[in-house]
Amino acid sequence: MSQILEGLKYSESHEWVKVEDGIALVGVTDYAQKEMGDITYVDLPDEGDEVTAGESFGALESVKASSDLYSPVSGEVVEVNSELEDAPEKVNEDPYGSWIIKVKLADASELDALLTAAAYTALIDE
Amino acid sequence: MEDIKITCLHGRHLALGAKMSPFAGFDMPIQYSSIINEHLAVRQKAGVFDVSHMGEIWVEGADAEAFVNHVFTNDVRGLEPGHILYGMMCYPDGGVVDDLLVYREFVPESYLLVVNAANIEKDYEWLLSQLEGWNCSVRNESDSWGQIALQGPKAEGILVNLFGMKEAAQLGFYTFCNLEYKGKRLILSRTGYTGEDGFELYTTPENTVELWDRLMEAGVEPCGLGCRDTLRFEAGLPLYGDELSPEISPIMAGLGIFCKLDKEFIGRDALAAQKENGAPKKLVGIEIEDKAIPRAGYPVELEDGSEVGVVTTGYHSISLDRSICFALVDAAYSKLDTPLWIRIRKKVFPGKVVKKRFYQTNYKK
Repeated sequence: MSQILEGLKYSESHEWVKVEDGIALVGVTDYAQKEMGDITYVDLPDEGDEVTAGESFGALESVKASSDLYSPVSGEVVEVNSELEDAPEKVNEDPYGSWIIKVKLADASELDALLTAAAYTALIDE
Repeated sequence: MEDIKITCLHGRHLALGAKMSPFAGFDMPIQYSSIINEHLAVRQKAGVFDVSHMGEIWVEGADAEAFVNHVFTNDVRGLEPGHILYGMMCYPDGGVVDDLLVYREFVPESYLLVVNAANIEKDYEWLLSQLEGWNCSVRNESDSWGQIALQGPKAEGILVNLFGMKEAAQLGFYTFCNLEYKGKRLILSRTGYTGEDGFELYTTPENTVELWDRLMEAGVEPCGLGCRDTLRFEAGLPLYGDELSPEISPIMAGLGIFCKLDKEFIGRDALAAQKENGAPKKLVGIEIEDKAIPRAGYPVELEDGSEVGVVTTGYHSISLDRSICFALVDAAYSKLDTPLWIRIRKKVFPGKVVKKRFYQTNYKK
């Protein structure tokens, strides 16, 4: 069983979003990290980059495959989790503790289009 | 997904909770615990693979030696019973039908051809199509045989201590012997696809399941096709479909040593011409100075962005902590240390040509 946290928002492409003071922390779900297996590299954007909801902002690489990361929200990347450059396995070990980017929300209403924990649970149970 | 095949160990893989995926027409385990764990188990201790999907084709009869030598790039003349050769079957244009092992049986006039799972039917049909005029038979027994590969520095000790197969200690690399297990034939072969010492055991499906269960009880790591690929890649070994194909000849792949151009075989003239005139493309190793991973299909470029090749297999190497790949490039850019760039998503990473055998293999001579 994959862990899904209440109170977060989810994308259909298996990212999670947690909003703190207008800043969205974005990571990947437990389900996503399990599907990928051992993550060996996180391709991060640069701080200051603009990301757009639904568009790729980077990638996770496992031993076997590469998987694009899609931003659930639009805005400026104010911080990237550079700790993941040297320790990509943290995404496997603690997917909800390992945010990948922080985005300054350009349009908070985009959050309404994302899935609740219950809706995301239904999605991965399908 | 119609007509997907399973091996005799399929139920065992499901019970172990393996991540399964279609490979070569079979539903196969990709990993059980983690590709990294399984990879390291083989490098440091031992791991066991279900390779029952591989094909076993026998060529037998008065002309068996001459016929095998006609379709096979390596030279089986004088190959002693119990000895094994690696090589390819080629089309007349030098493209590859398959790469395979040829076992010289202990009984006279008999050769076992061990072929890739994806190519069993194609190889069998190819052999039949070439058979006219030769006094020998070709028999595909792939469905009647199970096969496991026990690989790693502890493999020999496990066979001797767990199964009492003391013959394992006597076998040299690329030789085999016949054993009996539960009254059925078992072929014990000191071969593998990992760059480590190891063995492949061919026997009945029932025996295969029993051997597997005993290895599991003894705590040997079950290993999936995921680490089979990372291991063979590090050891510089090609995979048919990636580094060898109807379009990628053994000369392009740097496997000319397995093509004996001083004898007749199908494709000889084309391969001799490629060797003489230089193949248009060459398979190289490339290392990039970043942790990004060059994957199959990514373009290989020059500094000005012009494309000169394509990645065929690539990983962030588990044993070496280097981002490396095989790539098929224009021959002009195949020399060691040639600077080349690999485009990975939106970025371009500088690298250079390196030796294809990334990992120092540990075969027992």
